[in-house]
Amino acid sequence: MDESRPIFVQIAEQIENDIVAGTLAEETQVPSTNEFAAFYRINPATAGKGVNLLVDSGVLYKKRGIGMFVASGSRARLLEKRRKTFAEEFIAPLLGEAASLDISSDELLELIQTHAQRMGPQKVGEK
Amino acid sequence: MTSVIEVAHLTKRFGDLAAIDDVSFRVEENAITGLLGRNGAGKTTLMQLLTGQQFATSGTIDVFGANPVENADVLQNVCFIKESQKYPDEFRPKHVFRSAPWFFPHWDAEFAEQLVEDFRVPANRPIKKLSRGQVSSVGVIVGLASRAPLTFFDEPYLGLDAVARQIFYDRLLQDYAEHPRTILLSTHLIDEVANLLEHVLVIDDGRVVIDEEADVLRGSATTIAGTRAAVAAFSEGREVLHAETIGGLSSVTLEALSPSDRADAAAAGLELAPVSLQQLIIRKTTLTAPATESEMEHSA
Repeated sequence: MDESRPIFVQIAEQIENDIVAGTLAEETQVPSTNEFAAFYRINPATAGKGVNLLVDSGVLYKKRGIGMFVASGSRARLLEKRRKTFAEEFIAPLLGEAASLDISSDELLELIQTHAQRMGPQKVGEK
Repeated sequence: MTSVIEVAHLTKRFGDLAAIDDVSFRVEENAITGLLGRNGAGKTTLMQLLTGQQFATSGTIDVFGANPVENADVLQNVCFIKESQKYPDEFRPKHVFRSAPWFFPHWDAEFAEQLVEDFRVPANRPIKKLSRGQVSSVGVIVGLASRAPLTFFDEPYLGLDAVARQIFYDRLLQDYAEHPRTILLSTHLIDEVANLLEHVLVIDDGRVVIDEEADVLRGSATTIAGTRAAVAAFSEGREVLHAETIGGLSSVTLEALSPSDRADAAAAGLELAPVSLQQLIIRKTTLTAPATESEMEHSA
């Protein structure tokens, strides 16, 4: 947990990450608020707020008396949302740091390609 | 939301000293509230007033809708764990746990037994012979196993080691989740408990200086750092909570910044850093007057 942002927002992001990574599959049950609270050592009300954030945005839905489940199509919607912010969140700081280190765009492209090869094609090229 | 505690214009004087000075606040039911502040700020006095162990000089206190003083109906629902609880001379921990159900109708003996194991309390040794940490553990166990609808922990962990403190936080959260109740936790170890708290009440010099949800407080201040000129230009006209200068660089802690403010700061080449709850409270309780240019120099 970082200190700068509300914890419930971070809990929501954590759940989103698990859905994007496929750890939490669609139509499966997510841990209860109390389980989240115990795991992250946070107040249960805070964990509940994070879960509710995702219910409001349609990522999770409630089955009465059973618990929270991942909605179908959530992963695709989350991927789309994250792709939209990718350039701003990752490329912009990368370019900023490259500029302050006098790394040209060509050099940067080359660096990216070398690294992509090192990480293996299946990881980067995966669709 | 229902309030368990309602305090209005509460003042407590000891001679000339106003230990609690015209304080008003409410404590919501079934929340964990942190009661934070410096030594001598009035935290213990406030808890003594709320549990009927001190008489108010003026103002009103409602606990479960009634004045707690000499009120058995209120007090049987209240558990107050003090920093240095005194026990009768001949007492051993087992005597404490055996007599607890007389005072706490919701006492869970099985839970207490499990906690005795968790904290490794020697239940048969005279309390006089226990270490400070072990005596604190006895108090913490009573506070947890009493399951009182309103529980006060006043610096419960004098002498408790890091492992025992972690056990305390874990058991508190776990049991609170299963048996929701109202908890007021007073502590100096703000960073350790920051994530457990739903609400934060900070008192300083007998007054409430912060009464806010923990989530709102987090991110209500930001530290910006950069060249002196850039920092000075950006902080102009904003409330500065704290300022430091080293050579040509300076860093200031400012009140909440909007997303556009943050973008402006980043564009001006300033570094933005979060302020932890602990830092924020230190800033707010040491601030007496807005930092002037000379103070900025001085604090460098």
